[in-house]
Amino acid sequence: MSDVIYLDNAATTKVAPEVYEAMKPYFEELFGNAASIYRFAGNSRKAVEAARETVADFLGAKPNEIYFTGGGSESDNWALKGVAYALKDKGKHIITTKIEHHAILHTCEFLSKQGFDITYLDVDENGVIDIEALKAAIRPDTILISVMFANNEIGTVEPIKAIGEVAKENGIYFHTDAVQAYGHLPIDVNELKIDLLSASGHKINGPKGIGIMYIRNGVKIDPFIHGGAQERSRRAGTHNTPGIVGFGKATELAKEKMESRRKYETGLRDYLIERVLSEVPYTKLNGHRTDRLSNNANFSFQFIEGESLLIMLDQKGICGSSGSACTSGSLDPYHVLLAIGLPHEIAHGSLRLTLSDETTKDEIDTTVEAVKFVVERLRSMSPLYEDFIKAKKAEDR
Amino acid sequence: MSEIIEYSDKVMDHFTNPRNVGEIENPSGVGTVGNAKCGDIMRIYLDIDESAGTSPKEAIVRDVKFKTFGCGAAVATSSIATEMIMGKTVEDALKLTNKAVQEALGGLPAVKIHCSLLAEEAVHAALWDYAQKKGITIEGLKAPVSDIEEREENS
Repeated sequence: MSDVIYLDNAATTKVAPEVYEAMKPYFEELFGNAASIYRFAGNSRKAVEAARETVADFLGAKPNEIYFTGGGSESDNWALKGVAYALKDKGKHIITTKIEHHAILHTCEFLSKQGFDITYLDVDENGVIDIEALKAAIRPDTILISVMFANNEIGTVEPIKAIGEVAKENGIYFHTDAVQAYGHLPIDVNELKIDLLSASGHKINGPKGIGIMYIRNGVKIDPFIHGGAQERSRRAGTHNTPGIVGFGKATELAKEKMESRRKYETGLRDYLIERVLSEVPYTKLNGHRTDRLSNNANFSFQFIEGESLLIMLDQKGICGSSGSACTSGSLDPYHVLLAIGLPHEIAHGSLRLTLSDETTKDEIDTTVEAVKFVVERLRSMSPLYEDFIKAKKAEDR
Repeated sequence: MSEIIEYSDKVMDHFTNPRNVGEIENPSGVGTVGNAKCGDIMRIYLDIDESAGTSPKEAIVRDVKFKTFGCGAAVATSSIATEMIMGKTVEDALKLTNKAVQEALGGLPAVKIHCSLLAEEAVHAALWDYAQKKGITIEGLKAPVSDIEEREENS
């Protein structure tokens, strides 16, 4: 990694050495199937249950409310489809937002083809939903509210507690996609009145291919993966024991380091934001200035396009991500940038940099210099910038 | 989570070291195509030497420059398009096709084919502007559509 400055920790993270060490025995000598009866498999079973307790404890939940899944996307799919099918006789209306991850949005599109009615809430210029708009969207047939805990692109943290209260008052289930927030922010499912929550291992220095769903006891939900009796017959499939152990260990580490990490990342993030905003003209910060994930910075550079920016940063050894890549089908974050009101040409020039607790100030300094150079170079090639400068000169005259 | 698309070495070369970037003062013709919504805007400037031949078609593209707002492929296709028409007659410049641009770049990812269309369109738009300014008709040259999306949807 030494030759690369990795600032894409919202995409995925490095597995922590402690996590890797904790997982290893479950690939090797302790390979038993956690569902088998003999004593040898008991080690696997105990490890799975220990991880479940760690996760439950972290969320303020009971262990039997934690279900291991194949990742964040599966948990999101399960929450929406599982509740929709279980409650379809009660109602067919689901409320979500315009800035959800595609694991939510595409699942909603699927459900709308199945006859469900989806309301997509707007967000303000910072990416925050309006609680009054949420209340107004509730109907007698509303069965589920799904709002992400924190946005993956612009880092904005949603008013989860207020949403939970509205949901509870109206007797509607509340699901939150906490993939970006889990392990970064304190979460108490009872205090926040969350009924279902998705999280993923690889965003918190755990392994890929493992996630969890918290399902409050009493919540009606159909299984998503049918098969064996694992996970209280709600999520079939042989336990991914090493993955589950890794998820547990990553949760333990995240909990331990949460405060110090948040402090460190916030300092570095604010330093990055201040330098970029003051040293690169015609630049804006996307997302809320303070109510945002401690490791997320998202900028829009006027007059340039994101893919070019990413390739040129990549050539300088810097890994970031962008809201662009014109018509390539990989417009993942683009909908979020449009939802916060950015015009197309500005949304195209976005750059997301997501730090980790291993990111150094030196790396940030190098990155800022690279960003300045690349943005200036791309602007010198941009007809939009040329027009802007000419118009400005004409105005000044 | 956008993915960086796999480009050929030639595309990367033209993206990293674009040829003929810039503006021409008092150009013979200038054409701008594309739109910010799709994320690509190309502008081509032409300096045309009319002393070379007897008809407008025989005039020579003495200089060509470009500016592009867009992805790696958009920059590379405009760069190579300028190289392909530099020093050519207007007639030959008019024959530049998106296929030829793609081939010269050693291929483009399928999702980036529209960039080569845009490059062809930008050259045509600049030539059209030249013809309009001169009040001449160049055989085979049609008025450009201002928006590549429009053309793709109509075709």
